[in-house]
Amino acid sequence: MITPLLTALLAFIVGGLVVLVTTGKNPLETYKAIFAGTGLNWFFPWVTCSDPCTPATNLQQTLLISAPLMLTGLAVAFAFRCGLFNIGGQGQFIVGSSVAVIVGSSFVDLNRWWHVLLAVVLASLAAAAWGGIAGLLKATVGAHEVITTIMLNWIALWVAVYLFEIGGPLQDPQQAGVPISEPVAESAKLHVFWGDPLFQGLHIGLFVAMAALVAYWVVLNRTTVGYEVRAVGFNPEAARYGGISVRRNYVLAMAISGLFAGLAGAIDILGWQYRLAVPDILVSNIGFIGIAVALLGRNTAIGVFFSAILFGALLNGTSTRNLDPEVFRPELASNLTVIIQGLVVLFVAADVLILYLWQARRKVGLGRRRPPATS
Amino acid sequence: MSARAEDIRGRFSWARLTSPRSIAILGMGLGVLAFWVALPPLKARSPTVPLLLGILAVGAGIWALTRGERRLGWGAVATATLGVAGGILATRSATNDLDSVVVWSALLAATLRYATPLTLAALGGLFSERSGVVNIGLEGMMLMGAFFGVLAAAELDSWILGVGAAMLAGGFLALIHAFFSIHLRADQIVSGTAVNFLALGITGYVFIDVYGDEGTPTDIPRIPEVRLSAIDEIPLLGPVFAQLNLMIWVSLALVVLTYVVMFKTPIGLRIRSVGEHPRAAETVGISVYGIRYAAVTLSGMLAALGGAYLSIGFVGSFNENMTSGRGFIALAALIFGNWRPFGAFGAALLFGFSSALAQRLPTAYGESAGTLFEALPYILTLIAVAGVIGRSIPPAAVGRPYKRQ
Repeated sequence: MITPLLTALLAFIVGGLVVLVTTGKNPLETYKAIFAGTGLNWFFPWVTCSDPCTPATNLQQTLLISAPLMLTGLAVAFAFRCGLFNIGGQGQFIVGSSVAVIVGSSFVDLNRWWHVLLAVVLASLAAAAWGGIAGLLKATVGAHEVITTIMLNWIALWVAVYLFEIGGPLQDPQQAGVPISEPVAESAKLHVFWGDPLFQGLHIGLFVAMAALVAYWVVLNRTTVGYEVRAVGFNPEAARYGGISVRRNYVLAMAISGLFAGLAGAIDILGWQYRLAVPDILVSNIGFIGIAVALLGRNTAIGVFFSAILFGALLNGTSTRNLDPEVFRPELASNLTVIIQGLVVLFVAADVLILYLWQARRKVGLGRRRPPATS
Repeated sequence: MSARAEDIRGRFSWARLTSPRSIAILGMGLGVLAFWVALPPLKARSPTVPLLLGILAVGAGIWALTRGERRLGWGAVATATLGVAGGILATRSATNDLDSVVVWSALLAATLRYATPLTLAALGGLFSERSGVVNIGLEGMMLMGAFFGVLAAAELDSWILGVGAAMLAGGFLALIHAFFSIHLRADQIVSGTAVNFLALGITGYVFIDVYGDEGTPTDIPRIPEVRLSAIDEIPLLGPVFAQLNLMIWVSLALVVLTYVVMFKTPIGLRIRSVGEHPRAAETVGISVYGIRYAAVTLSGMLAALGGAYLSIGFVGSFNENMTSGRGFIALAALIFGNWRPFGAFGAALLFGFSSALAQRLPTAYGESAGTLFEALPYILTLIAVAGVIGRSIPPAAVGRPYKRQ
């Protein structure tokens, strides 16, 4: 419990030092401005809020980003529990959003709920199949999942770019000069329950993500499937000896991981993007940040929830729209976000280091009271 | 006596030529030929020509397959399939389109230009992975090289200092990766991912901080081109090799050097032994940590050299995330080349060719014609690790932290 907090804190401290050294600005002021942009101050209306509307809008946007992050975080976390490192969240996310936009923009005659359901289910299944390829390769020929998922990421990216770019087969013919997909039909859009439905209001995808967090916990901790997945994750040899099919679980774990990432792509498209543009495919990194989310969240449902909120808030708080350029340049701040993500992942990688620092602090504390050594 | 002589003669001539291995290689050659006949200068217009060659190639492949040469046999079948597909597509497009796209000298020169950053980074990855440390941070190290190369070249007004600074920056990032994955025994994949994030953030941050909205200056000193007027007149060779960037020659030299160091010197033996069986290496007195630190740092410097070529050799500027996945293609080249210098170089050339083709295709066939080619390196590598065409086998201890005893 304490390590993730320390990890994040340490990353923010180093990030603050970067701010101080490079620009000479007060890091606390900068973080305060970023925090104001995240909308998290909506929870503390008594502190600021000269204009009560802005924090609400900011918070909606933060949660818009956090919801898919929870799911891509789960995509990484679930595979982790099976002892697999799913770097492929990004590719699975792209597959999910591509399929969602294709299904969402076709079948326009469908009834609303059926259309949403069809798009979400097909997107998730396609992404599950995409993730399953890596699992299958691991299970059958032993190809390392890190390598295969990296390759699958880039294949998904370029195929998606091909589909929607100018001259591509699925590019919107209404806008000949723009590399973008056709828009999602009204019947396939997710319901916006908070804020302006026309401008980035918060959609029910957040509840889908939270339901997925619950499902993740239940499946892992209360079902046979989860038991087997965790057993394989702890020790594949022992699991095999215990009669669990390691291969089957590799495929299953990667497919379920893909399912989560595909779901993320689907709610992102059907919830507020409504279109898939080629530049967005190229710069999107929701899937990659999912790695940081899962690592910081220690692969637990509750941890993934909070770290997705943290990273969503960071991304939103440092966006050009939400950060006051007078205080700190948003372009700089968004790179600062990436640095902080990197530091978080680095420190999580070396929890030995964090624990060591923590224990060193304790030792110093205990040292005063410790009786003199008897030797 | 005479029987024995015949036996020897047979072993070295006919029997060898008709061995499954040679037939399979012949099949691969025929597969390439099936594509090549449809391109300039021959430009066969009838689809039957590539088809016939392709069928021959598949036949050769299957023949070899049934005689135990699985790896090359499948290779021949795959090459033939691709060759026929490419050949038939080429026979169906207009000749002037073919002429405008397939200008061999331009295509080959572009192949070398695209392959160079991949080669350098792949060689870097080779050192790191052969010593037992997975390096998916190549992308980040390239990016560091690309940016700090530009920064130093512009500020100090010297491309040599630019290259030097690039290597320092890449080496520094690699040192972080090394410290976390060797000393702290962190998961090497996680550490590599972190390093990629860090490089993206650091280069983006400093880039905005220093150059802001204007971008990098236009007059930065560039890595010079090497002009060989002696071979200028020779057809094909002249246009390709007479004017190449210095770094391309350096990368070619480094491929040979890496091969020699890795497989012909005691240092290489040490690196490989640390990557295959660190405990055994330690037992005979090799410092596992020392070798790994050196190899990972070197890998960062080489990757950064590739990045520097990209920014101050090839393009002449920097923009955020300019490597855009080349580090991962380099990783793919390393794996596709089976963790060998010439293998990785060959893969880099193949991937470079596919990039060069992807870049030239739109001139005749519209914007989106080249995009799918961008995915080709990854698809080929996926097939390679899947073991359909010869399994890629990594060093035995790669990815496993080593604990000193």
